[in-house]
Amino acid sequence: MALLEVENLRTYFYTRGGVVRAVDNVSFMLEPGETMGIVGESGSGKSVTCYSLLGLIPRPPGKIVSGSALFGGVDLLSCPKEQLRRIQGKRISMIFQDPMTSLNPYMRVSDQLVEPLLVHDKMSRSQALTKAITSLEEVGIQDAANRINLYPHQFSGGMRQRVMIAMALISRPEILVADEPTTALDVTVQAQILELIRQRQKDLGTAVIFITHDLGVVASFCNRVNVMYAGRIVESAPTDEIFARPMHPYNASLQQSIPALHKKGQALFTIPGLPPDLTIEFRGCPFASRCAHVGEICKEQDPALKQIVPGHGTSCIRFQRGEIADVRIKNFVSAV
Amino acid sequence: MATATASIEPAPIRADELVQGTSLWKDAWFRLKKNHVALFGLYTFCTIALLCVVVPFFTGYTYEQTEISLKASAPMEPIFLRSEARKVGEPKKSFIALSNLEDEFLEKPQSDRKAIVAKIASGEVYQEGRDTYQRSNQRHVFGTDPLGRDLLTRVLVGGRISLAVGFAATLVSVCIGVLWGATAGFAGGKVDTVMMRFADILYALPFTVIVILLMVMFGRNFILLFVAIGAVEWLNMARIVRGQIISLKNQEFIEAAISLGLPSHRILFRHLIPNVIGSIIIYATLTVPNVMLLEAVLSFLGLGVQPPLSSWGVLIDEGSRTMETSIWLLVCPAIFFSLTLFSLNFLGDGLRDALDPKSSKD
Amino acid sequence: MIKVIVGRLLQLIPVLGIILTLTFFMSKMVPGGPFSAERQATPEVIAKLNAYYGLDRPLWEQYLSYLGKVVRFDFGPSYTYQSESVNEVIARAFPISLQIGTLAFCIALVIGVTAGVVAAANKNKLWDYFPMSLSMLGICLPTFVLGPILALIFGLVLKLAPVSGWYGLNYVPLHPMIMPAVTLGLFYAAYIARLTRGGMLDILSQDFIRTARAKGVPDHEILLKHALRGGLLPVVAFLGPAFAGLISGSFVVEKVFNVPGLGQEFIKSVFNRDYPLILGTVAFFGTLIVVFNLVSDVIQTLLDPKSRK
Repeated sequence: MALLEVENLRTYFYTRGGVVRAVDNVSFMLEPGETMGIVGESGSGKSVTCYSLLGLIPRPPGKIVSGSALFGGVDLLSCPKEQLRRIQGKRISMIFQDPMTSLNPYMRVSDQLVEPLLVHDKMSRSQALTKAITSLEEVGIQDAANRINLYPHQFSGGMRQRVMIAMALISRPEILVADEPTTALDVTVQAQILELIRQRQKDLGTAVIFITHDLGVVASFCNRVNVMYAGRIVESAPTDEIFARPMHPYNASLQQSIPALHKKGQALFTIPGLPPDLTIEFRGCPFASRCAHVGEICKEQDPALKQIVPGHGTSCIRFQRGEIADVRIKNFVSAV
Repeated sequence: MATATASIEPAPIRADELVQGTSLWKDAWFRLKKNHVALFGLYTFCTIALLCVVVPFFTGYTYEQTEISLKASAPMEPIFLRSEARKVGEPKKSFIALSNLEDEFLEKPQSDRKAIVAKIASGEVYQEGRDTYQRSNQRHVFGTDPLGRDLLTRVLVGGRISLAVGFAATLVSVCIGVLWGATAGFAGGKVDTVMMRFADILYALPFTVIVILLMVMFGRNFILLFVAIGAVEWLNMARIVRGQIISLKNQEFIEAAISLGLPSHRILFRHLIPNVIGSIIIYATLTVPNVMLLEAVLSFLGLGVQPPLSSWGVLIDEGSRTMETSIWLLVCPAIFFSLTLFSLNFLGDGLRDALDPKSSKD
Repeated sequence: MIKVIVGRLLQLIPVLGIILTLTFFMSKMVPGGPFSAERQATPEVIAKLNAYYGLDRPLWEQYLSYLGKVVRFDFGPSYTYQSESVNEVIARAFPISLQIGTLAFCIALVIGVTAGVVAAANKNKLWDYFPMSLSMLGICLPTFVLGPILALIFGLVLKLAPVSGWYGLNYVPLHPMIMPAVTLGLFYAAYIARLTRGGMLDILSQDFIRTARAKGVPDHEILLKHALRGGLLPVVAFLGPAFAGLISGSFVVEKVFNVPGLGQEFIKSVFNRDYPLILGTVAFFGTLIVVFNLVSDVIQTLLDPKSRK
């Protein structure tokens, strides 16, 4: 039984400029203890997907148009607000991209850390404080007993992210959603934070949904990867498969765009064109206008994710039909 | 240098796929138009201003023309014409309001008086000695004050004064404030500290008190009034402008401009100032009602505009004194005044929302 | 913290110095001394009065002796109230103004903050438009309009409050302090409501509120525990000007309701050219404002940890 089953999630934003179809028919499953990566560019819908699960979409202008997200028998998208609130922060936690703005500058770290315990576990404040100090130590903050009384602006960027992680994991959730947790950090700190998350995950057995645009992070960290484009999942596979045998042109192009793969002096590869305007309801595959392997059918038929081999699915129509075998760009010589 | 030849052509971007770029002003106007309340404010204010400027020429009365027999008449009260026949020349005509009609016949017993008044009111022409009384078509739309002055004219002329003071004082405060704030913000360092410390000290002084003292000192000069008010209101504008300039100075697009080698004056005029104009417009629009309020308070206290000139503040003061008997004398100027404040505040709010590209009220 | 307080108190001195100097010279520049309107007095008597009040000495002498007296809190006798010194007038009139002002301030804060929080919590819904429309009404109906209207409603029609002076009603179920305080307070409640709503909305759109939601914190706690501290900052910043406004508002309200407070005394002293009283009240107001600004700054530092450096 999957820990989390998301089916046919559609989240649209009704704005002055039109209806933005941020998430358009997304389905995936998360197993207990699994690390799942969601990869895509800005605007691909990866963050909105997870915000939808946790009720963090601002209700006007956003709206969850359809879909279900079954978690322990409860549909997160249609359950009563109070029930969702009890799950948030306790059984499903989230950490965000920018720890400076994501921590309350007006409250001490201690108050923010103990909050999930007070709200969900109804602990006494002194008990909660002890646990909070322990949790800070677990994420590698020295002298936790004293520093817990400081304000967020008195910590450095990397340490703030550790505080966020401690805060998210303090009530031992079953799922941790990490929304680009390392993007705002220095490269050296990035590695530390990733290692920290991996370690805590091992200790607690938490499943992790890791949202990122960085393929490199995904490679080292996740068991499974979902690649998103224009609000849909275009390919879903275990990590090594995603890299070894890509089944969607977008995925292949992404990998081939990595500068490190190019020989020195080689022109960098870029995916031509621009991401699509999500307010326009397009027929056919959203990647068609930028795809090297585009065919007539791509502009007419709506793509759907289909399993090619067990555990590996793609929504590329031509690939599904067997018309293309290798989605990589021809004549591209990888330097690696 | 080996180049990879990708075997794909970049997909041509169709013209209709391009997103239309908008300028800041077009975008702002678009958002303003969608803000119904702000538009209401804009139109209301323009209407009131237009009325004040134009209509007094057409009411048929001046703001100072007194007629005791018309004293304190209600809006649209029936008015009667008394023609006093004279031995030589045209009969002397005067107008009497219904509420004062009875006073014409004080020598008669009360029952008779009432009968006569009723007769005249019903349309009959009544003659008594050399005087002939009949109905007339004269009306005072807003009624009259205790001296028989037409209230509509007085309210509109008062409006001219109030609005003039409002705009003139705002202009003064904008000029001083922008110059001060821009200099302080752009110069930075010691100059900035000194200038703003001076402004801080002034800010600590009670405005109204200072203006009152200035008025007392230099007399109730109309021009001085708005110089004094303007001189007191510039502080906020200076602070805003300085804040904007400072935050803009540090923004990356200015760094970009500098790194492109653009000269200082070009940066100031083409990049900094246009961004500040938005704030200036907003706060100017919001300063006008504050100034008008200050003027009205002064006039209400008897320290502002002097009779026979009137502003809305003076009219409200007069109206509040005869409130129990002639409530329209308070209500009419108060409505105009409040409506103007209302409109300008809403307009200012709307402008603030429209010109701030980061406010996401969608 | 202490340094901030001491620094601010030191600022008091130049501020007051400027106020006093300005007022002194301004009042001296007005043509016609306080006694020129006394028709009863003969020139000899006027001369004697001038001498008594030191008005016949050269200007700079007057200024210095004035400064000397001020340092000793001696503002001299009032011209108009010949039996009272300025200090006594202030001591008599100020407590009345203080009562009304304090009540007005409390009304303004309580109503304003509550309305603002409610409006922010229900953004763009009925409970947002409703309080905000009322507050817009409050801003556009200044005290001198609202005052007479409230006096009419409550004094005349409902016969609840005494509206002394004009009507001579002797009906006193409501303490005479209530009407002026409510009139004054409602005006500032309107401003505070808008500021609170703005501040709260600003905070509520920030990332850390999203984090709090993701933690499952209930809505009312998000409002009151997470948002309020930051959301109130604009209100606290406004407190200083609000206080100055309350002082000038008291001029109007005390006139409308005929309250014998310090505001009325000040206005009267201006009309009467009673220089010692003018100077004394202005100095007094100035000090109050500076002290209050200091308090407001301290509160701001308490609320915003980032500004404590």
